Amino acid sequence: MNDIIRDFLLETHESLAQLDLDLVALEKTPRDRETLDRVFRALHTVKGTAGFLGLDRLQAVSHAGENLLSRLRAGEIIFNPEIATAMLAVVDAVRRILAGLEATGQEEEADFSDIIRRLEALTKGAASNRAQPAAPPPPVVVGPTRVTVLPPEPPPAPVLAAVSMAEPAEGRHSAVSDGSIRVDVGLLDKLMTLVGELVLARNQLVGFRAAREDPALHGPVQRLDQLTTELQAGVMKTRMQPVGSLWGKFPRVVRDLAAACGKQVRLDLDGGDTDLDKSVVEAIRDPLTHIVRNAVDHGIEPPADRLSRGKPAEGRLHLHAAHEGGKVVIRVSDDGGGIDPGRVRAKAVAAGLLSADLAARQSDREAVNLVFLPGFSTADRVTHFSGRGVGMDVVRTNVEKIGGTVDLESRPGGGTTVSMKIPLTLAIIPALTVTCGGDRYCIPQVSLLELVRLDGDQAHTGVEYVHGAPVYRLRGNLLPLVHLDRLLRVDPTRPADGGATVVVIQADDRPFGLVVDDIHDTGEIVVKPLRKQLKGAAAFSGATILGDGRVALILDVLGLAQRAGVVSGPRDRAAAERPSAVAAAQARETVLLVASGGGRMAIPLAAVDRLEEFPRASVERVGGRSVVQYRGEILPLVRASRPSRHKRAAKRRPDEQRRLQVAVCAADGRRVGLVVSRLLDVVEEAVTARAPAGRAGVLFTAVVQDRVTEFLDIAAVVKAAHPAAVSPE
Amino acid sequence: MPVDRQFCTFLLAGHHFGVDVTSVQEIIRAQEMTRVPLTAPVVRGLINLRGQIVTALDLRRRLGLPDRPDGDPPVNVVVRTDDGAVSLLVDEIGDVLDVPESAFEQSPETLTGPARGLIRGAYKLDGRLLLILDTDRTVDLADARAPD
Repeated sequence: MNDIIRDFLLETHESLAQLDLDLVALEKTPRDRETLDRVFRALHTVKGTAGFLGLDRLQAVSHAGENLLSRLRAGEIIFNPEIATAMLAVVDAVRRILAGLEATGQEEEADFSDIIRRLEALTKGAASNRAQPAAPPPPVVVGPTRVTVLPPEPPPAPVLAAVSMAEPAEGRHSAVSDGSIRVDVGLLDKLMTLVGELVLARNQLVGFRAAREDPALHGPVQRLDQLTTELQAGVMKTRMQPVGSLWGKFPRVVRDLAAACGKQVRLDLDGGDTDLDKSVVEAIRDPLTHIVRNAVDHGIEPPADRLSRGKPAEGRLHLHAAHEGGKVVIRVSDDGGGIDPGRVRAKAVAAGLLSADLAARQSDREAVNLVFLPGFSTADRVTHFSGRGVGMDVVRTNVEKIGGTVDLESRPGGGTTVSMKIPLTLAIIPALTVTCGGDRYCIPQVSLLELVRLDGDQAHTGVEYVHGAPVYRLRGNLLPLVHLDRLLRVDPTRPADGGATVVVIQADDRPFGLVVDDIHDTGEIVVKPLRKQLKGAAAFSGATILGDGRVALILDVLGLAQRAGVVSGPRDRAAAERPSAVAAAQARETVLLVASGGGRMAIPLAAVDRLEEFPRASVERVGGRSVVQYRGEILPLVRASRPSRHKRAAKRRPDEQRRLQVAVCAADGRRVGLVVSRLLDVVEEAVTARAPAGRAGVLFTAVVQDRVTEFLDIAAVVKAAHPAAVSPE
Repeated sequence: MPVDRQFCTFLLAGHHFGVDVTSVQEIIRAQEMTRVPLTAPVVRGLINLRGQIVTALDLRRRLGLPDRPDGDPPVNVVVRTDDGAVSLLVDEIGDVLDVPESAFEQSPETLTGPARGLIRGAYKLDGRLLLILDTDRTVDLADARAPD
């Protein structure tokens, strides 16, 4: 059944019930203007919608009724039982048509001319009606007798009998309206809160039972436990809404947008009965709309282009929802032109979101995901994913806010698929409880990857430092470590054995290790929002009450990661480095390895023009900078390492004082001479292990040839060496 | 005819304070608190008030008074606000007083520091002043952010 018709049925069934009541009430108080107006409006709405949906019979019947009501409202006739009977017959006729509509999806063939004629007669008979002295006396006097005369059921007037012969109006009620009732969302929220309290009380009691070992307690507590679980599931279910409730508007959105763009788009929807918590449904409404609009606007090509590429003129847009591993996955796929990774790279570079150097090193899959970068989509409208009020970065932010993820896959020429993976509910979530500085904190299970326990020795030897930033080699990969106590600025209470407990969590696709004092149990927690006094604390997403009645804060994994610098802030330009680093993880890279001031660095070979040796005497100082004359230009010299270290290194190797080893690197058409201690090697390496950069000019740190190596950001180095004042631009 | 107003009174570093009795939800003794790192020092923690999580604000710190001596358990004055219940930690709870409106006077111009803007004025009682707190402003920490 069409969604519009379904909604119409649901609404109209409700207003019909009210119509019955109002018409009966009008018999008691015929001059009740308010009720009369309400009846008129209700019937007017039915008529209007019927006309809109092309339901001619329904329109005719309601129109006739409306005419009669107009005269009643004008005061030309007074409501009387005869009119009530006729109007109730209209209501029944409407009901009958709706029932037929619900059963067959069509307006059934039925003749309502009797009712219409009767209504017309009543409308025309206004004069005689008004002349009748039988106009009802004041309602106060009449009331009691009328009530007894009229049962709540419509009186079995002949007209009514004729109309509802096929099915008694009450007997075969609508399945659509009978099967569901409308409930105030506030009430559901309250029920959810109460169930949350019950879950907590249950948890407390279960702990109590374990402590007491009282057999008398065992049975009742177990039953309460079970009932609470079932009640929780039941109440959560009442808050569930099918994803399909979001989809209702898409046929129209797609149709209008396609027409505006001169495109032909066929929209397929499936999995609309997949249930989600109402709050989640609301939260994904805007992101989903944005993705769908993008697909039509930029994904699907105009018919002529499609035909020339051997595709049908009509593009296909497919919305699919399904449960997958305790989450809901919504996919929006189109068979359009896809996203050209090259164009996205060029666009991102042009917008200054990342360096050309970085962009070139990204895999195509990573490159298309650049559209999620802040500032990417709103700048202009060149690419496939240009802005429409909100950018894809906002889509990503909004989805991640509710604990979901967004991913984009594209085959150039073959179409694009955007997948959103979202949790079923936000109110009660599984979480791990940890302690830190004597307090307990909850970490949502969705962001947990694994737990690593380091004993005393491991905690000392296993943790390495990259420019002061602790990392741990987890199966060969460098895992950045973040100490929760330091991050939260609370006093540490380290375990006596000097060991450490590392909770490996994932934020924004970047895993990192959160070092905590101890790990407790996992369990379901009821998420409570933080009051505005605490909104400033970005490290927490909410609070909960634990089994013993104490309050615990829920860690905001993304906020923590941002705070620790594991991932960049949402508006930080450096966010560009994130996907590039992931991209590099998959790509094999040829790098020049150099020793510099006691450390090792890697320079992408693509960025190296030449390797040169300059006599130290040729170095000249200009405006506080070291330069050399090189091939007719002035080449700024930059030390790859920190100056202090270099000085120390220089003392040890005086021979380096006479000749400088320089890697001439270029980016954006400008060159810079990178002074290094020694050139080590050129290697092709699959760079897999990494940690965030410890300082400016460094992209990230990774293990190359079993040594921790800094990867230089040549673009940044060149930029720094060519300040705007002297740059050729 | 003079109008009397009712105030729930309490002691704070030797000063008598009052809040409108209608804004007070309840008074409870010191509760177990969960501290909230990275937030303003005024926020002492979160308490579980029959399943409701309530933020406890240290009223001494809020008003720029010296900290309560260790070992003196504070009392929670739970007040209703637009953003739900908030607990104000005070030293000691006093009586509910009926005071004549005529005894009210605005804060003096010389009142400075954080208390300015939070204290509406004072009622001149026998031998002491009852300082009236603006609870809505007190719980609004927009000007008392984390040190970060």
